[in-house]
Amino acid sequence: MTSANSSSRSRYPAGSLAFPHRGLLGLAGLAPHEILFLLDEAEQWVELNRQPTKRVDHLRGLTIINAFYENSTRTLLSFEIAGKRLGADVVNMSVGQSSVKKGETLIDTAMTLNAMRADAIVIRHASSGAVRLIAEKVDCPVLNAGDGQHEHPTQGLLDALTIKRAKGEFVGLKVVICGDILHSRVARSNILALTALGADVRVCAPPALMPADIERMRVTPYHDFDAALKDADVVMMLRLQNERMTGQFIPSPREYRHLYGLSVDRLARAAGDAIVMHPGPMNRGVEIDSNVADLPGRSLITTQVEMGVAMRMACLEVLTRKARKLEGWQ
Amino acid sequence: MKQAALTITNGLIVGREGAPVSGAIRCDGDRIVAIGADVVPQEGDRVEDARGKLIAPGLVDLGVFAIDKPALHFGGITRAALMPDQNPPLDRSSTVRYAAQSGKPDLWVHPLAAATRGLEGSDIAEIALMRDAGAKAVATGRHWIADSGTMLRLLRYCAMLGMTVITHAEDSGLTGNAVATASEMATRLGLPSAPVEAEALAVARDIALAEMAGAKLHFRQITTRGALDLIRAAQKRGVAVSAGVTPAHFMLSDTALADFRTFCRFSPPLRREDDRKAVIEAIGDGTISVITSGHDPRGPEDKRLPFADAEPGMAGAETLLPLTMNLVRDEVIDMATAFRLLATNPARLLGVDAGALEVGLQADIAIIDADRPWIVSSDKMAAAAGNTPFDGQGVQGRVLALWKGGLKVG
Repeated sequence: MTSANSSSRSRYPAGSLAFPHRGLLGLAGLAPHEILFLLDEAEQWVELNRQPTKRVDHLRGLTIINAFYENSTRTLLSFEIAGKRLGADVVNMSVGQSSVKKGETLIDTAMTLNAMRADAIVIRHASSGAVRLIAEKVDCPVLNAGDGQHEHPTQGLLDALTIKRAKGEFVGLKVVICGDILHSRVARSNILALTALGADVRVCAPPALMPADIERMRVTPYHDFDAALKDADVVMMLRLQNERMTGQFIPSPREYRHLYGLSVDRLARAAGDAIVMHPGPMNRGVEIDSNVADLPGRSLITTQVEMGVAMRMACLEVLTRKARKLEGWQ
Repeated sequence: MKQAALTITNGLIVGREGAPVSGAIRCDGDRIVAIGADVVPQEGDRVEDARGKLIAPGLVDLGVFAIDKPALHFGGITRAALMPDQNPPLDRSSTVRYAAQSGKPDLWVHPLAAATRGLEGSDIAEIALMRDAGAKAVATGRHWIADSGTMLRLLRYCAMLGMTVITHAEDSGLTGNAVATASEMATRLGLPSAPVEAEALAVARDIALAEMAGAKLHFRQITTRGALDLIRAAQKRGVAVSAGVTPAHFMLSDTALADFRTFCRFSPPLRREDDRKAVIEAIGDGTISVITSGHDPRGPEDKRLPFADAEPGMAGAETLLPLTMNLVRDEVIDMATAFRLLATNPARLLGVDAGALEVGLQADIAIIDADRPWIVSSDKMAAAAGNTPFDGQGVQGRVLALWKGGLKVG
C-alpha cells in the first residue's frame, strides 16, 4: 500500500494548499484540482478495503460524531465504517426526523457536540443550509452528509470516483442524470463535480421536477429521456423523492416509468459501453428495471457503494490532518 | 395643561412639490398653524433651530408587525399602521381599540383590521365594528385570500364602508411552501421556490375584483416587473389601485441569499435583478406610491435556523428613511416625492390628517439631516431585534429631532 501522500505529492500543491478547506459543506466553490486531489486520495482506501485486514490507525484517538437528523441507512453505515477503518472512535447520533429539527435545538445540539470535543462531525439534515449553520458554531471539521435539497458532497465525489475508475477521463464525457432533479441534493453535487471536471452533463426530468434556470449550472436540460440518452457514456438514475413532494408532480409511477424508466431497450440508445449508476435506494420497476440494475459489467451501482466507503475515508483523513498535526497541514 | 406653541426656525421645509424652501414652521397645540419664510416665533413659543437641515413631515409607516417604539422613533416614524398579524390577530373591535391606544401620545398606531377571522382567508371579520373602534384600513395580513368569491365580497363590503383593502400579492397555489424566487440562486441552494408570476397572477385577479367591486385596493408590497406592469395599466384606466414596497426589494436581489442568510428571508422573497430594477422604475414613475418599513424585529430563535425554517421579515424602521434617501441621491425621485412616498400617500390612504407640512394638519414633524452618514449595526439597533440585511453597511440620512402632534419625542 502506498502512503497517504506519495502518489499525489507531485500533482498537487504541497500540504494543506492541496485542500485548504476546514470542512466539506458542499462541492460548490471547490476547484477542480481540489476535487481530483480527494479522488486520488481515495484510491489507497479502495485498495485497503479490498484487503483481508481493513484497518489502519491514522485516526486513532479521534472521535467522529455522525449526527443524522434525517433517516439514513447506507450513508450512515458508510460513514461509520469509514471512520472505524481509519481507527477513529465513531459515535452515531440518530435524531428522528420529526422530533427535534426546529428551534434553537439545532444550534444547541451543535454546541453540545462541540463541547464534547468531537474531532469531526458528519451531519445530515432535512433543511437546505442546516449543515452550514451548525458548522458556523463548531470548532472541528464538519462534513455534509446531505442537507435538504442543497448538496450531498460525498455522494458527488464517490460518483465521480466511480466514473473516473470506469472511464478514466472526465473531459467530454457525456453524463445523463435522470429523475427528480428538483428535490435532489445528489443531482446538485454531481452537477457541480462533473461540470467542474469537464464532463458534458445532461439533466433529464419532467417540467415539474426540473429546477428553475438549471442551465445556469452549465448543464443541458432535457424532458425527453430518449434524446438525452443518445450516445451517453454514463447514465445516472435518481429516485422519485416522494417524501419531499407536496402536491402531485407526476400522474403515477407507471406513467413515470413509461417516460423515464431505464429499460434495456432504452439503454441501447446510449453508447455501447455506457455505465449505469444509481445512488440508491432504488425503486426497481419505476426509474430502473431490475435487469438493468443488475446488468453485469454495465451497472456500477454496487461499485458506488464500495467507492462510498473509500471516498468518505479520504474525506475524513484529509480533513483531520490539521488536528493530527501532519506536516504542512497545521 | 396646554403646552406653549412651537416654532421651528431656520430650516429647509419639505413641501408636496419642488425643492425644499427656507423658512420656519409654527405649531399651536397639536396643529400646524403657519409655514413660510416670513414665519417668526412669537412670545412664549418654544423655539427650535433646525440649523439649515430639512423640516419634514413625520413618517407614516404603512405596515409594521410590531409596535417597536424606539426603532420607529429612531426612524422618524410618528404613525404606524399595525398589521393585523398579531397574537391574537386584530380581527375584533376589542383588540383593535386596544392597539389604537397603545402608542399614544408620542406614537400613533393605526390598526389594520384583519380582513377575515383569524386571518384564515375564509370568513369576513367584523370590519365595521373594527372601523368604529379605530381601524383605518383593512388588511389580509401576510397572506393572499385564495378564494376569489371571498375576496370579491370583502372588496364590495369595504367599498361600502369606505375603507381601503391592503392585500398581500402571492398566488398561494403557486407559492406553496416556497421561501425563495425560482431562479438560479434558489436552484443552487436547493430552496423551495416559486415563479415570480405568482405575484402577477394574484395582482391580475385582485385588480379585476376591485374594479368589479368599485373598491380601493392597495398592494402592500409589489416586487416584480410583471405585477407592476399590470398595476400601471390599471391606474391608467382609472382603477383605484395603488402599490407599496419595502427598501429590501429595491436595494437587494436574490443573490443576497448566498450562504443561506436568513436575514434576507422575506415574504415576498427577494427577486431577480431585473425585478429590482423594475421596482426602482416604478417608484420613479409613480406606479409605486408608498414605501414602508415592514418592520418585523425577529430574534435568533426565529432567525438562527435553516433558511426555510426561519421566519421572514426584517427590522426595517431605522433604515427606512436613509435607504429611501438613496433614491433621492440617485435622482430616481426628488426630496418632495420621497416624503410623499413615506408620509403623505400613506396618510391619505389611512384617511388621517397628517403626512404633510400644511396649515391645519397635525404637527407631526421631523428635523432630518439627509446627508449625515452612519453605519447600520445589528448589535446597536434601537429595534427589539437586529435582523437587518444591511448590517455593516454605510447609509446617509438621520433624524435629528421629532415631534408628534407638537409634542417632542424622546
